[in-house]
Amino acid sequence: MTRHATSGPVAKRIDAVLLALAMLLLLGVAALAAALPVLTGRVVDNAGIIDAATKAALTQKLAAFEKKGSDQIVVATIPSLDGEEIEPYANRLFRAWKLGQAGENNGVLLLVAKNDRKMRIEVGYGLEGTLTDLHTKLIIENDMVPAFRAGDFSGGFSKAVDDMIMVLEGNPEELEARGKRNPADDSSPIDPIVALFLILWATMFFGGLAMAFLPPIFGTKLSPGVYKWLGMTFRYGRGPGSSSSGSGWVTGSSSGSGWSSGSSGGGWSSGSSGGGGFSGGGGSSGGGGSSGSW
Amino acid sequence: MFAQRLSSPSIVRTLPAFLLMAIVLPLLAGCGYNTIPTAEENAKAAWSEVLNQYQRRADLIPNLVETVKGYAAHEKDTLDAVVEARAKATQVTVTPETLKDPEAFKKFQDSQSGLTSALSRLLAVVENYPDLKANQNFLALQAQLEGTENRIAVARRDYIQAVRDYNLTLRTFPSVLWATFWFRSNEPFANFTIEEDKLQTPKVDFGTKQGG
Repeated sequence: MTRHATSGPVAKRIDAVLLALAMLLLLGVAALAAALPVLTGRVVDNAGIIDAATKAALTQKLAAFEKKGSDQIVVATIPSLDGEEIEPYANRLFRAWKLGQAGENNGVLLLVAKNDRKMRIEVGYGLEGTLTDLHTKLIIENDMVPAFRAGDFSGGFSKAVDDMIMVLEGNPEELEARGKRNPADDSSPIDPIVALFLILWATMFFGGLAMAFLPPIFGTKLSPGVYKWLGMTFRYGRGPGSSSSGSGWVTGSSSGSGWSSGSSGGGWSSGSSGGGGFSGGGGSSGGGGSSGSW
Repeated sequence: MFAQRLSSPSIVRTLPAFLLMAIVLPLLAGCGYNTIPTAEENAKAAWSEVLNQYQRRADLIPNLVETVKGYAAHEKDTLDAVVEARAKATQVTVTPETLKDPEAFKKFQDSQSGLTSALSRLLAVVENYPDLKANQNFLALQAQLEGTENRIAVARRDYIQAVRDYNLTLRTFPSVLWATFWFRSNEPFANFTIEEDKLQTPKVDFGTKQGG
């Protein structure tokens, strides 16, 4: 602050320019982040064309449907595509939101761009065989286009969602199997790599500890400080050589603990981020489904 | 504090070796030894998906041609062009070696884009046949064809991304060290390019300048 007062107007101008640049940069970052809408729920009505009652009904219907078979259907509306084609945009959005369960890829995204008068049903890899391109085409052409042309957006959405659920329920055994594989109250599954690491670390840490005090308890005493347990002979002493090897062992395991707690911390935080509200289950889409316009 | 000594000699000898392995192996992975093979396999997997979707399109075409023939038999030239382009596209053999060979890759790309343009001419011709457009079988085929074209686009985009990642690992530090000392036979993969005719601005002609 004092520097500003003492230095001339040139320095002040440079500061102002820098400030403006920084703000521009921030704005740019914000604009990039805002390029895709945020997944706030099962119905993301950013274009504001679905009335409140329909929105609540759809959300409830979709939540109930996910409970049944773990399939995630999301309805999204955006005001404008800003010149992009709807197909790549829908795919980008689907992958950003990670709709469907990981490994099953059983998500569906119903996207409507209001000003472009375009819609698309993007189907995840796992549902391409059930909700085929033809099904989505028929749902768009028969349910949505006529209703949208008449200005009845809410009606079009609920009909389309009903029909999608109907098609997906048309194969009940498969739906049930999916539901069983992905129970609804699945609390953050542990990454197998993290689990392996924890087991390895626990074996090393507690194994050393156990060897230190279990043989005297469970083993047979051969002589003072010498125990036989599980076919191995353990000697305990306080000589200089043995104590140094002991300290080496301890530092080794403590560095291991720091390492593993770091990696497990990362694993937990990414797993628990799906806790509150609604979020995608980690599915992906390869461009299945179809598009239409009204 | 207890200090322990294991009397069994084999354990005494193997334990340090085991510990060394346990420490060195993760370090090796941490140094990026896995980076190049991982990126290469990702790119190959993305390529398989591209092939898979092109194959799916080729499989749809005989059915489409038959359906169109029933309504528009005298569009023989367009139909023949599609059949011919399909034959040409399925003839181009593609192995993982293709990815390292820009020439072979270009041949593949050319044959597939030949099929794309033949197909789009056919679909344009179809616009003149209202009966055909109302045919349920044709509608189904059209929906599948559109879906497949979109899947091809997605698969190509994923492949482009995967190859970019792979080629980057071969050329950037620190993975370039692994590339020069260990993975000497790894070569960058070829990537899709936009055809030249698509780079030109489309000419708008409303038919007002006919003859001139």
